[in-house]
Amino acid sequence: MAGTVAVKKKKKRTFKEWMKSRDGQQVQVMIAFMTIPLLLLFVFTYLPFGEMFQFSFYNMKYVGERTWVGLKNYIRVFQRDDCFGALKLSLYYMAGSIVQLALALYLATILSFKVKGGKLFKGCMFFPYLINGIAIGFIFKFFYTRGYVFDTVLQWCGFDLENLPYWLRDQRINNISLVATSVWRYFGQNMVLFIGAIMSVDNTLYEAAQLDGANKFQQFRYVILPSISTIVTLNVILSITGSLSAFEPSYVITSGANGTATYFVVMHEIAHTQQKVGLASAMAVVLLVIILFATLLQNLFFKYVFRSSDDEDPNAAKKRDKQAARAAKHRAKAMESKSGGSALPEQNR
Amino acid sequence: MTAAKKVERAVLTFLKYFSLVFFSFVALLPVVSCVITAFKTETEYQQTNVMTLPEGLYFGNFIEAFQKANMGRAFFNSVLILVCVLFASVFIGTQLAYVLNRFKFPFNNLIRNLFLFASLLPGVAMQVSLYQIMNNLGFINKLYGYIIMMCGTDVISIYIYIQFFENIDISLDESAIVDGASLFTIFYKIHLPLLKPAIVTACILKGVGTYNEYYSANLYLQDKTRLGTMATSLYTFVGPLGSQYNLICAGVIISLLPALILFIFCQDQIYSGLTAGSVKG
Repeated sequence: MAGTVAVKKKKKRTFKEWMKSRDGQQVQVMIAFMTIPLLLLFVFTYLPFGEMFQFSFYNMKYVGERTWVGLKNYIRVFQRDDCFGALKLSLYYMAGSIVQLALALYLATILSFKVKGGKLFKGCMFFPYLINGIAIGFIFKFFYTRGYVFDTVLQWCGFDLENLPYWLRDQRINNISLVATSVWRYFGQNMVLFIGAIMSVDNTLYEAAQLDGANKFQQFRYVILPSISTIVTLNVILSITGSLSAFEPSYVITSGANGTATYFVVMHEIAHTQQKVGLASAMAVVLLVIILFATLLQNLFFKYVFRSSDDEDPNAAKKRDKQAARAAKHRAKAMESKSGGSALPEQNR
Repeated sequence: MTAAKKVERAVLTFLKYFSLVFFSFVALLPVVSCVITAFKTETEYQQTNVMTLPEGLYFGNFIEAFQKANMGRAFFNSVLILVCVLFASVFIGTQLAYVLNRFKFPFNNLIRNLFLFASLLPGVAMQVSLYQIMNNLGFINKLYGYIIMMCGTDVISIYIYIQFFENIDISLDESAIVDGASLFTIFYKIHLPLLKPAIVTACILKGVGTYNEYYSANLYLQDKTRLGTMATSLYTFVGPLGSQYNLICAGVIISLLPALILFIFCQDQIYSGLTAGSVKG
């Protein structure tokens, strides 16, 4: 008896000791700090994810009975014109995001040089990003209304109102109008990202290039572009998945009317207005699979393209930068000697 | 400098400022046209072109929009939601980042990947089943339910914190341990104060997102008179009021005023926050 008590006491003491030891503390901290975030992640992300997957095999509404239909919902997703056909609209959004990135890159390059009032310009172009979606919806319904803001401005530029289309109703143009609002909203944000990336490039590179007489375009081509190619590529790739899941412009401005309903807008309508929860879930699962597949491809692409730069140690990266700088210098010098050569005959004349 | 070069430089400078002015104009035009219209009286709005400047500064639209959309209440709700969500997400985010960055344990990478994967899932797609879960939890039409949900979906700030932790020297922890501090003390007394810049950055990003969130707010806070937020209060103008743009524009301007004020004062932090969030997010 006495022996067992002693053992128990010893055990208790060691447990207390263990609690005070570093390992014990670590476990305590982990339990205290990770329970809530993981619970939230589970309840609001993975549980709905699993449920959605389950729903996609049933014919069901939000309330009432559900019947098992197997893969019928999936078959219908591919058969219904309004479901899968809506993915075609993503092409508009993809094209839009390419325009947006090119614009952002151009403006970021300009603003990364010395510009009077640069901060003000940057602020103006960034501000649309901070406006909430509903407000954007109203702003552009107003903006595109017949004879209102956009038409007025075009009339200032000499267009005739008679020749202008209905921006949100005409099926030839309304998707472009919507994509334009998305470009409007995000180009400033992209620009700020790119400026951030450009600023993080070693300053001496610009100075060296400038001292060597590289012009603005050469500085862009040989110093800026190589050093931010990763973030640019990343954004191009992200825009693909972004366009597949385009939702907001169409949802808040036209509510999907007149052939502007993107895949998610159709899904939203099926889920909340028609209450075909099973079909909507199947649509969501299909798109998720496509997005995941696209992401996987992107990752492979990224690994393949940037493999060499990832494997390098920091020294090699420095070396590469130096090489880029040297190449820039070289080019700049070549250009200078060329222009010098052309200037000489002029003087002789 | 040769003449040709001078011309080239002048053209480039012109091009540079022209692009900047042009795109700034494009960016501001839709908002400015709203401001113009918001200051017009009813008759002025109906009789003049939308881009004609108003004759005087008429504030009646703002007052009417504010009352009709119950924006006083909405502002109070938005602030309450913002304070709670930011407070909770700072604690959740920093604590999780602390564990993930400082401790080595078997599931560390798995947890990071779970969060990363979660950020890939488009939120709209999940609403179908999330709605049922919120319903089962009794979270619908409850401010606290919405707040809890908003805390749960935050990957970018966790990444900002993890990045910041990587720059806090481990020897700081070691010396504190030698002095007898517990791991909790180290986190609260040493790390949390050092994380201040990252917290400001993450809060601004999260704050803007939360303030502007309208999709879930519309879905889960259906009682608009009591539980509207600044974003969802604008739904008042959908429907019968849908063509009274002088009123709508005033409402829109009111709703984006807080964001504008924050932007003017915290411009640089917003930019740096965005850049920090994008690197790994």
